[in-house]
Amino acid sequence: MAMKVDMSALETNFSIPCLDDGDGMHLSADSPDVPSMVLPTCADFDGFQAATKDMVKNKRGTTTLAFIFDKGVIVAADSRASMGGYISSQTVRKIIEINPYMLGTMAGGAADCQFWHRNLGNKCRLHELSNKRRISIAGASKLLANILYSYRGMGLSIGTMIAGFDEKGPGLYYVDSEGARLVGNRFSVGSGSLYAYGILDEGYRFNMSVEEAAELARRAIYGATFRDAASGGCVSVYHVGPDGWKKLSGDDVGELHYHYYPVQKTPVEQEMTDAPSTSA
Amino acid sequence: MSRRGDWVYENNGGTCVAIAGADYCVVAADTRLSVGYSILTRDHSKICDLADKCVLASSGFQGDIKALHKNLAARELLYQHQHNKRMSCPAMAQLLSNTLYYKRFFPYYAFNVLGGLDSEGKGCVFTYDAVGSYERTGYSAQGTGSTLIMPVLDNQLKSPSPLLLPARDAVTPLSESEAVDLVKDVFASATERDIYTGDKLEIVVINKAGTTREYIELRKD
Repeated sequence: MAMKVDMSALETNFSIPCLDDGDGMHLSADSPDVPSMVLPTCADFDGFQAATKDMVKNKRGTTTLAFIFDKGVIVAADSRASMGGYISSQTVRKIIEINPYMLGTMAGGAADCQFWHRNLGNKCRLHELSNKRRISIAGASKLLANILYSYRGMGLSIGTMIAGFDEKGPGLYYVDSEGARLVGNRFSVGSGSLYAYGILDEGYRFNMSVEEAAELARRAIYGATFRDAASGGCVSVYHVGPDGWKKLSGDDVGELHYHYYPVQKTPVEQEMTDAPSTSA
Repeated sequence: MSRRGDWVYENNGGTCVAIAGADYCVVAADTRLSVGYSILTRDHSKICDLADKCVLASSGFQGDIKALHKNLAARELLYQHQHNKRMSCPAMAQLLSNTLYYKRFFPYYAFNVLGGLDSEGKGCVFTYDAVGSYERTGYSAQGTGSTLIMPVLDNQLKSPSPLLLPARDAVTPLSESEAVDLVKDVFASATERDIYTGDKLEIVVINKAGTTREYIELRKD
């Protein structure tokens, strides 16, 4: 029989969702907020997890980046998902819209990122309802980091950036499945991040226009897709300002290449002519 | 597949494909059930009708798939009782994702393709990995023959990415009969080169009028 682990003791619930079904308010027994996951009963849990990881083939290459500048936050990502050497999708949404003023990026396990970002969005909404004000980026990233820390060592693979705009201005946090939570001005996550950092760090200035910042982000992701086999597809660039996020551009990387490096017509030295036909 | 004492999964093979059109959706799967180099049966359906406009095809470990289909069908019935209507395809898509993720540490060994019509009547296909990450696409193939079939579908059906801005129109230009013919062709090809795919092909077409089912013979070797 599979063991059901109830982790509600690790949760800090400001409010617990209630259902009104006519008998008056009472707590919902199967509240989606309580993370209780079925675990396999086996002698070697870690070994089983390692083997299932192989089966699920969760490897994903990615390039995502985000940086703060004077007009807010720019967030950009590619859109390729790979399982080992096979490209499972070229149209993955790696920038997740948590709410109208907060974005999360996806790197690592696709299902892990999708599920926990959706869960974070729910928690942020609950915070708004019970506190009558929006949650701060620091608070949201802390909620996520605490959840991920409680699953530390169990094989979750998440490297995400929480970017947004709150009362203190633009906010950017890096959160990962090891439990790290770092505040910063510039981050790039994924297998292509090294290439993206090269372009990003070189071109970054705090005072830029939104178009310049977007072009820097686009160029950095493009550079990463050029050199990293596991990154590709489309470059999506978002800007988060005081009024919330806005998608600025989505460009196919293949087309972007010829935009940056147009085909040069090489001068022809000598035209090839047909060989003279043999006379009878 | 018993490389460990407590390895509880096996792969029963098979391939599932789905194609979405402007007002139809085609979901197809072969009917071969294998274990190792043996065929257990030539007549096992991998397709489950979850709602009137929503059909799920899964390949992988049929024990987990049977449990998953039963679980989703029961949840859909509960939804009907509670909301007085059948579940829409996008709603079922998220339910399936959550169901798969709740077994994140002991996964369902199921590679799923969900197809149907959305609330506007347009075809939709959702493709999943084993732990619940999902994406709405125009077409998908999962299972042992998927690496043989996907390149062909990309060649015939690839449309501008939904991530492009300014958005470009991404409707599959094929008609319903053309899509069904394409599905028959890709399965015939996959059967040639994948030992786990063959025997019979079950094709389910969902459109405004309802759901129709068709069976095509495939190579049995």
